[in-house]
Amino acid sequence: MTQAPATNPVVVELKDVHKRFGANHVLKGVSFAIPKGQVVAIIGKSGSGKSTALRCIDRLEIIDSGTIEVCGHAVHDPAIDLRRLRQDVGIVFQSYNLFPHLTVEQNITLAPRAVKGLSGADALAIAERTLRQVGLADKAQAYPEQLSGGQQQRVAIARSLAMEPQVMLFDEVTSALDPQLTGEVLRVIEQLAQGGMTMVLVTHEMEFAARVADTIIYMHEGKVWETGPGQMLREPQTPELRDFLSHGL
Amino acid sequence: MVDGGLNLHHLQFLAVGALWTVCLSLIAFVGGGIAGGAIALCRISPLKPLRWLTIAWIQIIQGTPLLVVLFVCYFGLSIMGLELPGLVAASIAMIIYVSAYLGEIWRGCIEAVPRTQWEAAECLALSRWQRMRLVVLPQALRIATPPTVGFMVQIVKNTSLASIVGFVELVRAGQLINNSTFQPFLVYLIIAAVYFAMCYPLSVWSRRLEQRLHFGQRAAAP
Repeated sequence: MTQAPATNPVVVELKDVHKRFGANHVLKGVSFAIPKGQVVAIIGKSGSGKSTALRCIDRLEIIDSGTIEVCGHAVHDPAIDLRRLRQDVGIVFQSYNLFPHLTVEQNITLAPRAVKGLSGADALAIAERTLRQVGLADKAQAYPEQLSGGQQQRVAIARSLAMEPQVMLFDEVTSALDPQLTGEVLRVIEQLAQGGMTMVLVTHEMEFAARVADTIIYMHEGKVWETGPGQMLREPQTPELRDFLSHGL
Repeated sequence: MVDGGLNLHHLQFLAVGALWTVCLSLIAFVGGGIAGGAIALCRISPLKPLRWLTIAWIQIIQGTPLLVVLFVCYFGLSIMGLELPGLVAASIAMIIYVSAYLGEIWRGCIEAVPRTQWEAAECLALSRWQRMRLVVLPQALRIATPPTVGFMVQIVKNTSLASIVGFVELVRAGQLINNSTFQPFLVYLIIAAVYFAMCYPLSVWSRRLEQRLHFGQRAAAP
């Protein structure tokens, strides 16, 4: 990528990735690489394949051809150890997907205890730390439905962070939120970016993408159409991106 | 007593019969619940043969009258040299029947937990069994409570079929009393009232649970 310091190893790499849903050819040869510590924003119209590309990185979708390497895991390999991959990759969804029967604290401690075998006390310490990180230390005992959408999404981020992933994926995490709640979630993501977390965001927040992302990938019709730094959004090279930006902003 | 034929002994006899109805219902619910839980899990297993086997079981049992299952257990097995007392034969038949229905009800409840919950659990690196045990089953349990309590009504009512293989539960007790008093209207009205007294609270409870599931589930929780 354009901005990548040469010293940083690549942690996510897609090469000529194709994905079809039946007759619908969603990804038509997508390739990009993300060095450690970089923040990449993927933008594009709905149906451009941006969410699918993100989901392929965590093997929530299985690709038809091409290769994906994430933190040393060959994601395209059918024999992949999914649980190892998922310990290295955190993902946050548009619809939060918190576990409604558990408190905020239990939502966060569940995986560190079950997967990493941490003691209750160690897991609680992690919950406390990650909740403080997202500014919700006082909500540990609340149930998800007692929280606003923005708070739920921040808990979802804390839940992912508790597994101490190498890469964080964000799939349109503010699309279900009103502008005020969007702001509080974006602030958390921005802090993570400053902390050096490697992140891939699929987003509709252009201003935010321009400010926070090291690299922006514009996807159009299943292809990486244009790639560049945040500046790219002010000087689009292709008519498609220009058109997209004029409708989007 | 009430009039000519029916006396206190008869009512006592009916009470004992009612007690056996409750006993058989409990055996059917607990036994059928354990088998039904296993069937629900097998029904959604990633192993195809296991899935097919449980689908076949459910289809066969749901497509057969309970009465016939009962006859097979009581008369069929006795010809094969397995002479079972009425209670045992009735228990086996009821457990078979309940397992197929509760298995299918609970399978539906497990599948009613949104896919996204599985996905979120999967993305946190939980194993399949952990996802089931820690994330999906606790939610399915809440969804399952109203229809399960509702089905208990069916269990109670269907235990009356055990009267046909000579097991003295409520209906059989009534038949025996009627044979000596010849007051079918009175005797069976009493029996109907006793069944109603058992079943009505269950259906009210089921309805309440359902309402609680629909409105502000968590509000009352600690």
